[in-house]
Amino acid sequence: MRHFVPGNDKIVIDSKELQKLFDVLLRHGYTTIGPTLKDQAIILDEISSTDQLPAGWTDEQAGGTYRLNKRNDDAWFGYVITPTSWKPYLHSPAAKFWSAKRNGRGFDVEEDKKEPAKFAFIGVRACELHAIAIQDKVFYGKEFQDSAYVQKRERAFIVAVNCSVAGHNCFCTSMETGPRVTGHFDIALTEIIDGEHHYFVAETGTDIGAEILREVSITPATEEQVQQAEKVVVKTESQITKLLDTTDLKNMLARNLENRIWDTIGKRCLSCANCTMVCPTCFCTNVEDVTDLSGDHAERWRKWDSCFTVRFSYIHGGSIRNSTKSRYRQWMTHKLSSWVDQFGTFGCTGCGRCITWCPVGIDLTEEAAAIRQGEKHVAVDDEL
Amino acid sequence: MIAEVPNVTLPRLFQISRAVKETHDTFTFELKPLDGGEFTFKPGQFNMVYQFGVGEIPVSISGDPLKKTSIIHTIRAVGGVTKAMRKLKKGDVLGIRGPYGTDWPVLRASGHDVAIVAGGIGLAPLRPVIYHVLANREKYGKVILLYGSRTPLDILFMKEIEKWRARLDTEVAVTVDRASGAWRGNVGVVTTLISKAHFDPAKTMAMVCGPEIMMRFTVQEFITRGVLKDKIYMSMERNMKCAVGFCGHCQWGSNFICKDGPVFRYDTIHDLLMQREM
Repeated sequence: MRHFVPGNDKIVIDSKELQKLFDVLLRHGYTTIGPTLKDQAIILDEISSTDQLPAGWTDEQAGGTYRLNKRNDDAWFGYVITPTSWKPYLHSPAAKFWSAKRNGRGFDVEEDKKEPAKFAFIGVRACELHAIAIQDKVFYGKEFQDSAYVQKRERAFIVAVNCSVAGHNCFCTSMETGPRVTGHFDIALTEIIDGEHHYFVAETGTDIGAEILREVSITPATEEQVQQAEKVVVKTESQITKLLDTTDLKNMLARNLENRIWDTIGKRCLSCANCTMVCPTCFCTNVEDVTDLSGDHAERWRKWDSCFTVRFSYIHGGSIRNSTKSRYRQWMTHKLSSWVDQFGTFGCTGCGRCITWCPVGIDLTEEAAAIRQGEKHVAVDDEL
Repeated sequence: MIAEVPNVTLPRLFQISRAVKETHDTFTFELKPLDGGEFTFKPGQFNMVYQFGVGEIPVSISGDPLKKTSIIHTIRAVGGVTKAMRKLKKGDVLGIRGPYGTDWPVLRASGHDVAIVAGGIGLAPLRPVIYHVLANREKYGKVILLYGSRTPLDILFMKEIEKWRARLDTEVAVTVDRASGAWRGNVGVVTTLISKAHFDPAKTMAMVCGPEIMMRFTVQEFITRGVLKDKIYMSMERNMKCAVGFCGHCQWGSNFICKDGPVFRYDTIHDLLMQREM
């Protein structure tokens, strides 16, 4: 992975000049991915022009709720967060491992040798930078590395954009992942709309980031512009109201596997797996074997899977996690407890997607608080 | 320049050089690498075994760790892939990835009495331990094998068990849950054999493999007899797709069974074992 070396200079890019960033990246052979309006949402897609950015739109998110609203300005990145994360680009929802052809009583295996995609991500939020760093720890294993992921990750170029607005479900401040971008990017932008002036203050995080930025703009930002940029993040931070108390969280959950709260969540949870699909760090997959009608050609595919399915934990004789309660407990304790043992960080970045896209609005921050509260009550009962 | 990362999902091809029916639902393959190379493993480790167009499954290695020219797998036909595999014959080809996972403490057991308890197909991943211990017999104290099977017809490696039992330097006991035919041996669960076995609890290394419930009760018996918790090892099983820590299926608490297991020291998993639906 590239070394993070923050540049000293802050550069200003006028909004009229931001198109150059797309042009330079395209010229360097990147496929540029960014936010755009589609299906009544601000989603990530392949875009090549600033005209395709969701100018003047924002999103309102709450438990089980997502809707678009008009902003009273024409900000391009004036939204909270997209429904899906950047995860599908680095960790494909479906990818072929290899194919095989029958050869007598044996078979020959052929690896897919196509050039890995070279993505430039434009508009990555602070929490999402952390999500990518978290998945890096999974797929850059000590003993084994996931070649499909690593090949794309090594080639990816990241343009982060500081959040100018927070949503009801954001709790990055609790997870210490945002709203300010602090690392893991090539270029970071802050969008500023000041009356008639619409511009970006840019900083660099890597050598290649500095190289690309030089081709876009070399105009140093004024002291006032830098201060304006600073105010944006400070204002966003002040809008965040959702909290997750991370004090002793790992151990608290580990000693509360039989807390009664799991039963009440189990009754609400539909086991639909939405939370795992929108989660930017969930990495679980299944493998599918495919053959053609002749039976002479076979393929192995990897597809996203979810610990919310009964089949996920199947071994001969039955599934280990039969109850919804146990599957929710597996997911949440993985995110907030066992992940720490496995990879040294939480598996949660506080992006709030699992709350927004839960059809019944289950909020893991509320559930973690309830479990903590429940533990206190049990402790008091024991003393009495 | 971006370094090439090897694709860990690619199998190595092996040809079945011997196919043996063990019991009505178990069979053993001897596999030789088509590339002519060697294969080394440690007792307790497993492979991912792929059948063309059918699927890939984790299977423990049941052969002698000293034999590096072939792999032995003993498989019970319980699911779609294993039932298809049962039909394969000498000359057919399988894909192999591995070996993966942690191994039994055969080195740590040196100077100890070795108590091996197996249930059903659980004898397969323990057979390499028996081979190792018998090949290095002077390094160990008493060697005890306690084996439980559902019925006399389900007993795995019967001829070998008889050979081991005939030795003067081993203690071998077999029990069945349900007797049938001419069975005149023990009847009852395997845990009942532990109290009668002759080992010194203070210097015993116990290795257990079988159904989870059997392992839980077996461990309890060992503890009752005074075997130390950090000298009891067991091999766990969970759904497994990748064997390299990426698919997430085999997670058990903080453990990935594929890389932190399958062989665990009891005192490190004691709390998890007591937890349902983990």
